[in-house]
Amino acid sequence: MDNLNFILPEVFISLSIMFLLLLGVYKKNSSNIVHNLAVGSLLITGILIFNNPLDKNVSLFNNGYIIDNLSSFMKILTILGGAFVLSISTRYLKICKIFLIEYPVLVLSSILGMMVMISSNDLMVFYIGLELQSLALYVLASFNRDQLKSSESGLKYFVLSALSSGLLLYGCSLVYGFSGSTNFNVIGDAMNSSHYGLTFGIVFILVGLAFKISAVPFHMWAPDVYEGSPTAVTLFFAIVPKVAALTVFIRFLYVPFVNMIDQWQPILIFLSIASMIFGAIAAIGQNNLKRLIAYSSIGHMGYALAGLSTGSNEGIQSSVVYMSIYLVMNLAFFSCLLMLKRNDVYYETIGDLSGLSKKHPILSLSLLAILFSLAGIPPLAGFFAKFYIFKAVIEQSMYFLAIVGLLSTVIAAFYYLKIIKVIYFDKEKEGYDTDHNIWLKGSLTFSTLLILLYFIFPSKLVEIVSRINII
Amino acid sequence: MNFPILSSLILLPIIGSLFLLFSKDKNSNTGKYVALFTSFVNFLISIYLWYQFDPTTSNFQFVEDREWLKGFINYKVGIDGISILFIILTSLITPLCIISVNNTIKDRLRDFLIAILVMESLMIGVFCSLDLVIFYLFFEAGLIPMFLIIGIWGGTRRVYSAFKFFLYTLLGSVLMLIAIISIYWISGTTDITQLYDLGIDSKYQNLLWLAFFSSFAVKTPMWPVHTWLPDAHVEAPTAGSVLLAAILLKMAGYGFIRFSLGLFPVASELFTPLVYTLSLIAIVYTSLVALMQEDMKKLIAYSSVAHMGFVTLGIFTITQQGIEGSIVQMISHGLVSAALFLCVGVVYDRMHSRLIATYGGLVSIMPKYSILFMLFTLAALGLPGTSGFIGEFLVLMGAFKDNFLVAVIASLGVIFGAAYMLWLYRRVVFGEVKNKELLKIPDLDNSEKLILWCLAIPVIFFGFYPEPLLSTTEISVKHLIEMYNFNLNMNITEVQN
Repeated sequence: MDNLNFILPEVFISLSIMFLLLLGVYKKNSSNIVHNLAVGSLLITGILIFNNPLDKNVSLFNNGYIIDNLSSFMKILTILGGAFVLSISTRYLKICKIFLIEYPVLVLSSILGMMVMISSNDLMVFYIGLELQSLALYVLASFNRDQLKSSESGLKYFVLSALSSGLLLYGCSLVYGFSGSTNFNVIGDAMNSSHYGLTFGIVFILVGLAFKISAVPFHMWAPDVYEGSPTAVTLFFAIVPKVAALTVFIRFLYVPFVNMIDQWQPILIFLSIASMIFGAIAAIGQNNLKRLIAYSSIGHMGYALAGLSTGSNEGIQSSVVYMSIYLVMNLAFFSCLLMLKRNDVYYETIGDLSGLSKKHPILSLSLLAILFSLAGIPPLAGFFAKFYIFKAVIEQSMYFLAIVGLLSTVIAAFYYLKIIKVIYFDKEKEGYDTDHNIWLKGSLTFSTLLILLYFIFPSKLVEIVSRINII
Repeated sequence: MNFPILSSLILLPIIGSLFLLFSKDKNSNTGKYVALFTSFVNFLISIYLWYQFDPTTSNFQFVEDREWLKGFINYKVGIDGISILFIILTSLITPLCIISVNNTIKDRLRDFLIAILVMESLMIGVFCSLDLVIFYLFFEAGLIPMFLIIGIWGGTRRVYSAFKFFLYTLLGSVLMLIAIISIYWISGTTDITQLYDLGIDSKYQNLLWLAFFSSFAVKTPMWPVHTWLPDAHVEAPTAGSVLLAAILLKMAGYGFIRFSLGLFPVASELFTPLVYTLSLIAIVYTSLVALMQEDMKKLIAYSSVAHMGFVTLGIFTITQQGIEGSIVQMISHGLVSAALFLCVGVVYDRMHSRLIATYGGLVSIMPKYSILFMLFTLAALGLPGTSGFIGEFLVLMGAFKDNFLVAVIASLGVIFGAAYMLWLYRRVVFGEVKNKELLKIPDLDNSEKLILWCLAIPVIFFGFYPEPLLSTTEISVKHLIEMYNFNLNMNITEVQN
């Protein structure tokens, strides 16, 4: 029973899901309450995680479930991301007439799935978490079912994600077959002789995971799904599942397979380089901001993977820092995107930003900061994210990776600049609505300030993250 | 720990720009006064700094050292005899830019002033940072305001020029970032003073030098990566061109002295022929290109490339005269090119044309303008009695010491320089007034006179009496050269052993 104390956050969030579902079904017109309660329960979950003793690692349920600094940090990230997504998207959902009780419930269940994934130390536990997350995401992608594009993106995501889950499961079964266990630590101990079967298993699992974080060449679903899903869901897609999947990457590579680094390192380097370059080049031709951010996030995942490919604690930490800053930047970007509405119609192409700076100087200034930060120009937060990655990469003498990464930064800078050009240099258009709710304004202000002022206290985040020691 | 004077120099323009940001008026004059006031106070502080500066020691002064990225990078700033002059140049040029905004910028004045103030603080930051990462931060962050200045307030091809400027410079700088991280990895610190003492292992120096070079060469700009400069200059508004020519280009020259020579003596020695060649091509080739120009701004932009060729040449002679000459040349070019761009701006505001063919016979219409324009023309071609002469003379002297042939070719540049500047002056100022529209334009107004005289006085003063500049830099340059030779010899003996 002691174990229950440690998984109190998970228990609490499960109970809230059930409660909210019942409440939503039995009480009429309760979307608003359910929405608010969902945000509240996420925050309480966050506090519960915070309350857990963070100074020691705890293994639960036959060592299948682990609670350590990494899991706590990443869970807090996902929960904060989820809470922000829920709180800033209410207005959007109302206008799109999809303000239903299912939305917060689905978001909560996918977050529960992610929490399980993040803490998993066993292939079975991990797979259960992953599927719980994915099921909720399939529905979320097609949440605006009256719109063809949304249904299409849901279907697309379902088919491709199911395929990747299949591959992943096949990889898991190979690993189980050749090591005799599904537990990460036991697999790690059985890892004395490198066996072809195991290598195949790792490759399949990596392919499945690469699908989930949309790394090249398994990225095809991302632009379509991002574009088709309702913007509120796209925001969720862009940040939260990636945090969870990246944590699994870390756990999976660095606990059972840390000794097989020379087997998986080339794969990761390939994924990383391909994602960085492809994300930078393919985004240039995009006109839809949601598609563009999909390609940009492909590129960003490349950088996060570059940190992971180093095989060092610094590398892991730099990836975690990268993900945290990436989350804030995307939150800020989507907050801006959710502000682009005129008479209750949302706009999402680059052309719609034309001359925004004349009528909306503050919004444009935030976008300027966000885009330069995404491009990695100092002194904004995005620069530091990349800086830590390159520091970790160079410390392992992987110069080629660093140079490719930096050159793709330059290419990527081009399309971010293109958006800034449209905002600042082009002819102005009709103004947009300014009656945004306080959450949207608040989250934009908060995240922009974080991006702008990160350079004043850059070591705070690093200090927290430096407690994460996996190897 | 005394009053953090350098940090306040960096912070003050930022505070001023925050004031502007939260002011309601977008085009009023109040904003201009706020900006002018802050930058003027900054100028006074920098003069006070010079007054307090002790030129008899080569140590870094007014050093501030604070923990920033824990156990990794400190926020460390300080100045020596080399950096202080650039700081004063920056804080002198900025208020003049703000005054000049009067006629040129009509739209979104407030945003423009914010960009200029942010630019000022970043540039001061570049010149006083004593940590590589801090330096990189300031160096790179300057791209953002400059991109906006060119792109929003520029001419017809502003978007192309702004992109070209941004991407060229970024491409150069990312390699420097790799080098900086590698230095940290090799030496365990990015603190410049510590790196000066430690020296960097000679087997890494060549690659690191090339990475730094790629960034500085683009920024200087050296041939053949100079093509962004004419575009950027032509499209930028007058104040933007002034900032670009007067200060931005100097960051690279300063970087060459501070980092390439200071940190990588072995590589510098090895690559000196490369720098010589590129500098000579810049001097001779771009001078010839400048002769062909029909656009006044483009002509001055190409002449900047040629002048910066002298600077890089002087730096890599690694002689007392050569380096001091380069510094004087940079300061002088900062004043003179700023003035020349302002002169072009003056007639552009009246006629809305930068083509040389539009003008002619200005001497009878704008006599005061013609006198000042002449003064700066002569300073640009290096006439004795102007600061331009001192710089070129010292650089050539340094070059003669090092390599006779190089010096001879470089002096060709002086002749070409005289040719294109005088020819420009003749076509614009002398001759008959063919264009009747010119007859309607007024001579300089008060603010224009003020700006141009503020630049003319130091040009003449330092032309006759360069002592204040030279005595400020002397000990620091001497120390730099001693350190250079010491590290070089040490590394060579290491290799022999």
